Amino acid sequence: MAMLEVNHLSIQFGGLRAVDSFHVNIEKGELYGLIGPNGAGKTTIFNLLTGVYKPNEGIIKLDGQDITGKSTIEINKAGIARTFQNIRLFKDMPVLDNVKVGLHNHHPYSTLTGILRLPKYFKVEKEMNERAMEILKVFDLDKEADQLAGNLPYGKQRKLEIARALATDPKLLLLDEPAAGMNPNETQELMDTIRFVREHFHMTILLIEHDMKLVGGICERLTVLNFGQVLAEGETSAVLKDPAVITAYLGE
Amino acid sequence: MSFLSYLKDGINLGSIYAIIALGYTMVYGIAKMLNFAHGDVIMVGAFVILTAITGAGMSPVLAVLLSIVFCTVLGVVIEKVAYRPLRKASSNLAVLITAIGVSYLLQNLALLVFGADAKSFVSVINVPDLNLFGGELVIKGITIVTVVTCIIIMVGLTFFVQKTKPGRAMQAVSEDRDAAQLMGVNVNGTISLTFAIGSGLAAIAGLLLCSVYPTLTPYTGAMPGIKAFVAAVFGGIGSIPGAMVGGILLGIIEIFGKAYISSQVADAIVFGVLIIVLLVKPTGLFGKNIQEKV
Repeated sequence: MAMLEVNHLSIQFGGLRAVDSFHVNIEKGELYGLIGPNGAGKTTIFNLLTGVYKPNEGIIKLDGQDITGKSTIEINKAGIARTFQNIRLFKDMPVLDNVKVGLHNHHPYSTLTGILRLPKYFKVEKEMNERAMEILKVFDLDKEADQLAGNLPYGKQRKLEIARALATDPKLLLLDEPAAGMNPNETQELMDTIRFVREHFHMTILLIEHDMKLVGGICERLTVLNFGQVLAEGETSAVLKDPAVITAYLGE
Repeated sequence: MSFLSYLKDGINLGSIYAIIALGYTMVYGIAKMLNFAHGDVIMVGAFVILTAITGAGMSPVLAVLLSIVFCTVLGVVIEKVAYRPLRKASSNLAVLITAIGVSYLLQNLALLVFGADAKSFVSVINVPDLNLFGGELVIKGITIVTVVTCIIIMVGLTFFVQKTKPGRAMQAVSEDRDAAQLMGVNVNGTISLTFAIGSGLAAIAGLLLCSVYPTLTPYTGAMPGIKAFVAAVFGGIGSIPGAMVGGILLGIIEIFGKAYISSQVADAIVFGVLIIVLLVKPTGLFGKNIQEKV
């Protein structure tokens, strides 16, 4: 069964149909790419999938469950987590706490327990610390756990965003241009990280990217978006040779 | 010796400002709004204590607890009814104006229920005075209670915000509300909790304020509320230690201004300080310097 199934997804801003009848089918464990020129509607689709925008039409199903029109929190709890095109970490909080915010809903205790420092508070906080350190270790960020997130170098901030998203224990991970602003070395490292996340966490990943090398290197299938509509879809190698796609990108 | 005596009065008044300022600063830091009704919640809290003791004959401890619970609920209700529906509004101005409206609403409701004439507040806190230097300097029991309460609240709040899960949610919402929501943090719940804590503190501030200055009218909370706001800005709005230091400094400045310059211009001095601080360091003493990357 498909992990993510989207049909006829549309949203209109004023007179502009930003996303027009978008559809996609992503299998469990797949690494799927979403590419397209600037302004094609890629990030808008992410915002629709995570509930930031409500679609005018269409159906979004996650693992068989209809999540269309639900609130961002409900969708996060249902199992979609994301990163952002422009990094949106909690910059003035320590690296560890950033991940712990992601763990928020999985380690409950009441506010009163926190105020009174009941034994449960210490127990749950300890669990959270251990879990957060485990996740940080996977990303080789455990040594920076006490640093403020804003002080990390750029490449590590990108990694921390992925770590924080994974802490919410998603079924589907959305990465919005993870390689934006990276140099070739960092991009290479990021590709390895994404591959590793997929295998280590058995994660289904949907990726927006401009960097063709990265897309061609790791995505099995992809969809090309242009002016809010699906221009082409299918096996990566075939799609990238499609004349319509080349025209949209190079303007021939 | 009179200098020390003034200093002590200043610290006492300043500690009360600090507790009120903590409410302002928490709400501003997390909900990004100025809750101008905060000062009036103090007045409501004090009236609850007074009515519970003189009207219903409750014991002081019960009356104080009742007042804290009442103000906590009041704060959450105000947020839910008046501010939350406007949170998605395009401008912050709408919420600001509403807050001023809520402030007048509370004052006028109190006028209606309790009347305009000043009531004398009952003595609730009975702690013996401390005599220093052979009786030359008397530190009142209420001063000791106020300062100790203020320190406990500040330490407790700092711990709560930095070390607990709801506190982390507050920090996350404060930094980036949308990102926090997408990580599964309940933003509305977190803001409600902030209002609950701020308003609970207002009840405590009401008790302490009216214990030091025992007259109570529907306007009692307005001026201390505004001054505590000045204190919060002075210390750097959004910062917990900033509210504490700003509050205490402001209390000392006010009392010294009254004692050494003129009691008529003391308030002018307080607001003058605000203007100077904003000119010299717009983000306040403990505020973050925001540097825009170009």
